[in-house]
Amino acid sequence: MATTVTAPMVGKILRIEANPGQAVEEDDVIIVMEAMKMEIPVVAPGGGTVKEVKVEVGQSVEAGEELAEIE
Amino acid sequence: MESAIFSGVLGLLDGITNLGGGQVVMMAIAGVLLYLGIGKGFEPLLLVPIGFGAILVNIPQADLMAEGGTLRFFYDFGIRTEIFPVLIFIGIGAMTDFGPLFSNPKIVMLGAAGQFGIFLTLLLALGLGFDKLDAVAIAVIGACDGPTAIYVSSRFAPHLLGAVSVAAYSYMSLVPLIQPPIMRALTTAREKQLVMSMVQQAPVSRTARILFPIIVTVVASIIAPLGTPLIGMLMLGNLLRECGVVERLKGASENEIANIVTLLLGLAIGGTMAAERFLRVETLMVLGLGLVAIGLDTVMGVLFGKGMCLLSRGKINPLIGAAGISAFPMAARVVQNVGQRYNKKNHLLMHAMSANAGGQIGSVIAAAIMLSVLRGMGII
Repeated sequence: MATTVTAPMVGKILRIEANPGQAVEEDDVIIVMEAMKMEIPVVAPGGGTVKEVKVEVGQSVEAGEELAEIE
Repeated sequence: MESAIFSGVLGLLDGITNLGGGQVVMMAIAGVLLYLGIGKGFEPLLLVPIGFGAILVNIPQADLMAEGGTLRFFYDFGIRTEIFPVLIFIGIGAMTDFGPLFSNPKIVMLGAAGQFGIFLTLLLALGLGFDKLDAVAIAVIGACDGPTAIYVSSRFAPHLLGAVSVAAYSYMSLVPLIQPPIMRALTTAREKQLVMSMVQQAPVSRTARILFPIIVTVVASIIAPLGTPLIGMLMLGNLLRECGVVERLKGASENEIANIVTLLLGLAIGGTMAAERFLRVETLMVLGLGLVAIGLDTVMGVLFGKGMCLLSRGKINPLIGAAGISAFPMAARVVQNVGQRYNKKNHLLMHAMSANAGGQIGSVIAAAIMLSVLRGMGII
């Protein structure tokens, strides 16, 4: 079953820590965002394989926006 | 002739022969402040001029704080008149987005809870035998708000100004060290891990943003008139920001005015740190009580957060109560870090920002209320 990684808050994508095809476990950092001049690690809601990363470094995102998909 | 040259050269040694142990100690303390600012990045905009001012004032025979001295001029002009802290507030108002206040008005109440340290510390300082006015100046460190602390202490206890400002600014930068142990101790494992729903930032209308500073000024000033200069200037700065038609004034407030005043304010505060005034037991007690004040703010904020957690049936994570203090946005960042440490999927930053923005206004209003109450009691 696919799960989506969503942006917890409005901010900017700082780094992408997991690439498509990579196996991840729950709570592994997928993407690091920047909000309020602070680094916010966004983690995998569950384990699986990264299917798709939907954002690029430097991109601005809204709260709730899809960042990546894991299955 | 030879003897005249000899005594002239001896004059160059005057500084050294007059250098006292206290002045050496103060220069070392100034060095620590400079190190914290430059090496550690703690409030450098203030600690660098304060540290340097503290070196200057402790140079023997230079008399920079004597009548007509350079630092004395800045002190008399800006601090004795209280004009520097008031001007700083225009800058803070112009820099602060109070938008997070609108997204969750309930959480803003934490910004009031985070001010209780002021009142508890006032009682504590009175209990320890401090003079009433000194106790007021010490308690206001609990506002965790530099300009408010400077405003109040320059007015009621100018001899404590150096200690109070050093405490206010250094503790503000130490918030990431002071708060987490208190937050951890007061919350249960379940509370720490509570995930809060995502903050959807509702667009706030321009009218609301413009009316906000005007209404806050009128209401807060009528309740606590003694705080009018502070809240008035803070809100004026915010109105310049939000009304959108005075970009130049907004720019001047957040850049030129804030920068110039910060520099001169820091220097003048450094000027109050002459050895004979600063090296006293009193100073240590001020520093100690200031730490207690900020700790108590955090305790009250988190306890209030626990109450809100209970009332909301677990929808509010009590950790965000710690952001009810004025250290903005430091305290909100601390909350995010502590929250995510216990639950990696937890993001409390935006909720904490609401509490933090509340704390920013809360500290000014709390200080104003304290002054008005004390005036009502005939103490000031």
